[in-house]
Amino acid sequence: MSGVRVLVGTRKGAFVMTSDEKRESWAIDGPHFAGWEIYHLKGSPVDRDRLYASQSSGWFGQMIQRSDDGGATWSPVGNAFTYDGTPGTHQWYDGTQRPWEFKRVWHLEPSLTDPDTVYAGVEDAALFRTTDGGHTWNELPGLREHPTGPSWQPGAGGMCLHTILLDPANPERIFIAISAAGAFRSDDAGATWRPVNRGLRSEQIPDPNAEVGHCVHRIARHPSRPDVLFMQKHWDVMRSDDAGESWREVSGNLPTDFGFPIDVHAHEPETIYVVPIKSDSEHYVPDGKLRVYRSRTGGNEWEALTNGLPQRDCYVNVLRDAMAVDTLDSCGIYFGTTGGQVYASADSGDSWKPIVRDLPGVLSVEVQTLP
Amino acid sequence: MVIRVVFPAHLRTLARVSGEVELEVAGPTTQRSVLDAVEASYPMLRGTIRDQVTLRRRPFVRFFACGQDLSHERPDDPLPDAVAAGAEPYLIVGAMAGG
Repeated sequence: MSGVRVLVGTRKGAFVMTSDEKRESWAIDGPHFAGWEIYHLKGSPVDRDRLYASQSSGWFGQMIQRSDDGGATWSPVGNAFTYDGTPGTHQWYDGTQRPWEFKRVWHLEPSLTDPDTVYAGVEDAALFRTTDGGHTWNELPGLREHPTGPSWQPGAGGMCLHTILLDPANPERIFIAISAAGAFRSDDAGATWRPVNRGLRSEQIPDPNAEVGHCVHRIARHPSRPDVLFMQKHWDVMRSDDAGESWREVSGNLPTDFGFPIDVHAHEPETIYVVPIKSDSEHYVPDGKLRVYRSRTGGNEWEALTNGLPQRDCYVNVLRDAMAVDTLDSCGIYFGTTGGQVYASADSGDSWKPIVRDLPGVLSVEVQTLP
Repeated sequence: MVIRVVFPAHLRTLARVSGEVELEVAGPTTQRSVLDAVEASYPMLRGTIRDQVTLRRRPFVRFFACGQDLSHERPDDPLPDAVAAGAEPYLIVGAMAGG
């Protein structure tokens, strides 16, 4: 019988939630790593029992944990994230230059072909890779050493590399996104990079052709169409049909186009999901209503999905890594909130039920479809 | 020389130990030699107490022994005789922080 395994990272530990294909009844295992911030955990697409987790703490720093049994047990692996060579400087909030300093791993992206290879997006922004199952990590320094690096600056949440997209059709192509530098693409497996931000408009950036400086919050795409990208920017929902060469806005009739996550339906490449947030200074949903918005037209035309979601007195946020989709025939959509709720829809978003309501604030949600 | 060391709760969990641990320390008993022995016996703790490259104490980690805060002492200064003799433990503590 098929089913799903939902991997939830929170401010105080990780949780593993499993269900059959009906996705009505859930077993919840956790907290793992109790008391630690779990920015992200994700499974290998080629070995469903191989999971990796980013565990961090303001007291004790960064750990990487690995499971070889689907999250039942975990072991720490390598946690040395050392920039290659002498790291340069980037722009600080006050305009001065500040040296790159490792703070934490925001995102782990396992290889599409090798369970021992994983990419890690870190703060201060850089891309690392392991090829030995997490024991050693090496930077791909071409990104951090891009000539625009000294002009990158942190967003309010830090200068984090939070999005890594691997191309199922082209192993040489990688997209990443950094707050607040923007989106970058490599066509040589991460050796060299170039910004792909043409068409992004940000009020705070006077130059409409600014190559970097954009606060990209998330990028998603459907695996069958690797050149079509959807982006939730700080403000604006954007779309590219040419692998990031150009972007156009598709916010359309959204009540607000600020937000963090964006994702694509598993079987409908033009069906996308966002969670509009009131503003960048009020990080909660508008009007006290938790609404996922779905577009079946690849943007511009959006419908509110509310069935089963609180429609009064709700003031939560949904963070950038806290939405995921499964690949069951009836596509499941999942998201977690800063209020500790994890919601699931087994019908493409038409209706929602909470898997759990009272976790610590949710930082990330991933889902694995099990055979 | 056998030194007694107490980890904070989160590091006991990581190291899969309970209570204090005893470590053999070669040469002079200093904070550096004790922490070297800690990381040799419990490699999963590398980076959690001091920076992996600079070996400087993490900001929210504190060191105590014999009722003294040793956090700002030089890493190569000798530890109190009672610690070196195993009569008193060397305490690694998570700082009170966070409001």
